Amino acid sequence: MSFSTILSAVIEGLQAELIHVEADVSNGLPVFHMVGYLSSEVREAGERVRTAIKNSGYEYPAKRTVINLSPAALRKRGASFDLPIAVAILVSLGQIPPGSMKECLVVGELSLSGHVKKVPGILPIVMEAAKQGITRCIIPGENVSEGALVKEMTVIGVKTLREAAEALQGRACTGKTEGRRQGQKGSGEQKNPEDLPGENSGAEEADLPDFSELRGQEHVRRAAEIAVAGGHNMLMIGPPGSGKSMAARCIAGILPPLDEKESMEITKIYSVLGLVNEERPLIRKRPFREVHHTATRAALTGGGAVPRPGEISLAHGGVLFLDELPEFRKNVLEVLRQPLEERCVQISRTYGNYRFPANFMLVAAMNPCPCGCYPDLEKCTCTPLQIRMYLGKISRPFLDRIDLCAEAPRVDYRSLTGSGTPEECSAEIRKRITKVRKIQADRYRGTDIQNNAMLRAKDLKRWCRLDGQGERLMEQAYSVMGLTARGYHRIIKTARTIADLEGEENIGTDHLKEALSYRMVDEKYWRR
Amino acid sequence: MEYEYWLACIQGISVQKKIFLKECMKTAEAIYYIEETQLQKFEFLNEQERNKIIQAKRSGSVSSDYQAMCEKGIRFIPYFSPDYPARLKEIPDYPYALYVKGNLPDARAKKVAVIGARRCTPYGEKYAVDFAKALAGCGVEIISGMARGIDGMGHRGALMAGGRTYAVLGSGADVCYPREHIGLYVDILEQGGGILSEQPPGTAPLRHHFPARNRIISGLSDVVLVMEAGRKSGSLITVDMALEQGRDVYALPGPVNSSLSDGCNRLIRQGAGLLLSPEELLEEWGIKSEGFARDGEKKVKNQKMLESAEKLVYSCLGLNPKNADQIVRETKLCVREVMELLVSLELQGYIREISKNYYVISR
Repeated sequence: MSFSTILSAVIEGLQAELIHVEADVSNGLPVFHMVGYLSSEVREAGERVRTAIKNSGYEYPAKRTVINLSPAALRKRGASFDLPIAVAILVSLGQIPPGSMKECLVVGELSLSGHVKKVPGILPIVMEAAKQGITRCIIPGENVSEGALVKEMTVIGVKTLREAAEALQGRACTGKTEGRRQGQKGSGEQKNPEDLPGENSGAEEADLPDFSELRGQEHVRRAAEIAVAGGHNMLMIGPPGSGKSMAARCIAGILPPLDEKESMEITKIYSVLGLVNEERPLIRKRPFREVHHTATRAALTGGGAVPRPGEISLAHGGVLFLDELPEFRKNVLEVLRQPLEERCVQISRTYGNYRFPANFMLVAAMNPCPCGCYPDLEKCTCTPLQIRMYLGKISRPFLDRIDLCAEAPRVDYRSLTGSGTPEECSAEIRKRITKVRKIQADRYRGTDIQNNAMLRAKDLKRWCRLDGQGERLMEQAYSVMGLTARGYHRIIKTARTIADLEGEENIGTDHLKEALSYRMVDEKYWRR
Repeated sequence: MEYEYWLACIQGISVQKKIFLKECMKTAEAIYYIEETQLQKFEFLNEQERNKIIQAKRSGSVSSDYQAMCEKGIRFIPYFSPDYPARLKEIPDYPYALYVKGNLPDARAKKVAVIGARRCTPYGEKYAVDFAKALAGCGVEIISGMARGIDGMGHRGALMAGGRTYAVLGSGADVCYPREHIGLYVDILEQGGGILSEQPPGTAPLRHHFPARNRIISGLSDVVLVMEAGRKSGSLITVDMALEQGRDVYALPGPVNSSLSDGCNRLIRQGAGLLLSPEELLEEWGIKSEGFARDGEKKVKNQKMLESAEKLVYSCLGLNPKNADQIVRETKLCVREVMELLVSLELQGYIREISKNYYVISR
C-alpha cells in the first residue's frame, strides 16, 4: 500500500477544523513534495518528519513522497502536522498496518530525535473531533491531561513517534500517559471541583491578596461587593498609594465559582494560546487579567495577521483590570466600547471573520488629577485646566459604560496599622456573592441574561419595577443630579443588585439612594 | 466712527500717543489719509510705530471691519464718547476705547469688583457667591473677569439675585474664555449686564492681556473685594492697581492654615479692609439691607428641618471637603446608611458632591 490518509486538525480562531493528511510513497525520483495551501512552518515539517522517522529506527527508502493536506482551500498553520504526516508516511511505507487509523485523529510536533512535543489548541481540537464522531485521539504526552477534559473521547498521549505507531495498533504503549488518562476517567475527578487546590485562575498564580488584608476603604469594599454580585463594571478613583490596585486584586478572590460549561469555554481560549497548565488543565477560577497601560489595541481585543484572542477574551467570564486608566492610549480604550456592550469581539480579516467571546467585568482605577491629591487643594499642585484634561482623557461614551464609581481615599494611620477590628475576609464576601448570583441565575432562567449588569433597557421594565416612591425619587434625582438616560438605567441596574444582596424582591428607595451614590463622576464635579 | 475704530484697533501704540496724535490731526480720518512724509515729522512716534500705522492702512477695508463689529452686536465706545464710564477715565492709563456687548455699568449704581484666584476652595467659592448675591440683591452691580474660580462665582451670585453684572475680558468681547463659561456669558447678557473688553473683537485671550484687563476691573468699580488669593495670585496685581487708582480694597479672611487664603490674610495685615459681611459695606453707602442670616444660624435652622440621622451626617460636614469614609468614621454609621443619607441630603440640596465622594455643605 503506497497511499494512506489520516485525520488531523487546525485551529481557526477558537474553532478547530478537521484536516485530512494524505501521503503517497511511490517509486520515482527521491523527492519530498508537500501541497495544500501551507504556511512556511508547515512546509518545514518535511525535514523534521524525514529525520524523525529515520532517528526513530524506521527505514526510509529513497522513494518519491507526496503529502497533501486537504481541504486545499484552508490555510494550514502551526507545527501540529508533524506527527500526522510522519504517521501517514509510515502507513504508506507499510510500517504500520493501514486499518489501525480509522476514526483516529493525530496531532503533535516532532523533534529530530523522534520525540513528540506539545502543541497549543488541544482542547478545541479534541472537542471538535468528539463532535464529528471520532473516538480516538493521539496527542502529545504533555497535552494529555488537557485532551482528557473531553469525557467521551479516548485520548492517548504519546512521547515519541514509535509510541504513536504502537498506540495506533492498539498496543499499550509505555503506559504512563495512558494510565494517567484512565485514572482521571475512573476517579471522576472533574465532578469535585473543591478537591482541586490552587486552581488555575488564568492570572499568574502569585498569591492574590485577601480583603481582610485591605485596611480601611469600607466604601470601596462595599462597591466591590455590589459590582461583583451583579457583574457591574467599576471605576475606583483615589490618590496614589490608597490601595486601589490592591482592592482590585482582592476582587479576584470574591468572584463567584464557575460552572462546568463556563470552565470549558474559558479553558478553550487559554488552550488556543497554549496557556493551559498541564497539572491542572481545567480553569475553575474566574480569570483576573491585569493589563499594563502600554497595551496596544491588538493586545487587548485580539488580532494579528492570524487573529488570536486578546486580553479581553482571556478575561472572559472574569475580570479585566485596567490600572491608571487615563494613561491608556485613547484609541485603545475606545476599542473596548463595543466589546463592553456586545460582550464579544468581532475581528474581520479579508479571509474571514472571527468572533471571540469577551464577557468580562471591567475594573478600572485612576487618580483624580495628575498629581493625585485633588480635591485637597493644599496638596494638589495641578491647575484647573490640568485636572479637566486628565479626566477628559477618558471619553464620555466609555465612562457611560461603567456602572459603579467609588472613591478610594488615603488610608489613615489607625486603619493602616490595623489596630481596629479585623476586616471581613474574602471568603465571607464570596459566599454572599455566590448567593446573589444564584438569585440572578434563577430570575433570568431561559434568557441569555446571566447577571444584572447584562439587563437591557427593555428588560428593566420587567425585572426592575419601581414603586411610586422610587419613581418620585428617581425623577428628583434625574433633574437635580442631571442624569443621562444611560446613567438612569445604570442606577436602576445597580439598585437591582443592591436589592438582591438584601434578599429583597422589590427595589426600594434605600436601594436606589445607595445606587445613586455610586453614580459615575460627572465632569461637572471636576469643574473649577 | 469707522476711522476711530481703525485707529483704536492699531496695536503697539500706547493710549497717550494715540490721543496726542489725534489732537495733532483733529480727526481719525485725517490720520488715515496722512502722507508718509508728514508722519515722519511726528517725532514722538518711533520708526516701528510709524510702520504700524502704515501697515494698518494697507490691511483690510475700514468700513467693512466696522460693519462686521456692529453686526456682532458689539458697541465701540472711544474715550471721548459720552457713554465712556466716567469713573474709568479717572485712572491714569484708561483704555483708548471699550468694546461692549450688552450694557455698560450704570453710572449711578454702586459697583463692586469680586475677584480672587482661579484655583479656589469651596470656602472661597461659597462666600464669593454669597457676597455677590447679597450685594446684587440691593442693587449693587458686580464686576469681575469671568475667569474660572472666584470670578465666575461672583457673576453667578449676582445672577442668582437677579442683579446686573459685568465681565471684563482679556480677549475680544465676542470671544468667550474660558469656553466652559459660555452659559455664564449668555446669562450675564440676558439679565441686562454686559461683556466689556479693551481688545478689538476676535482677539484671542493672550497672557499679557490679563494684567491689563485687571486695571479696568478695578477702575470701573468703587470697591474691590478679594475673596480668596494665594500668596502669588494674579488677584494681587489687581489689588495693586486698585490701590494706585484709589479704590478701597477689602479682603475676606481665611483659615490660617490655608495657603489659598494666605494672600488675603496678608492684605488685611497690610491694611486692607476686613470683609465680614455684606451689610457692613452696604451700611457705609447708606443702603438699607434686610438682615442676612448668619451662617451659624442658618446651619442650626437647616438642622431643625432634617431627620435625626440626616442631621448627624449634615452636622459633620462643612466647607472643607470630606469624603465618605471620614463621615463613616465620624458618625459610626455603616457605609450603606451614610451613602443613602448623603444622597438624600444632596437631593434636598443641603450638600454638594464636589469630586467623587467628597462632600461640602451648600446651604
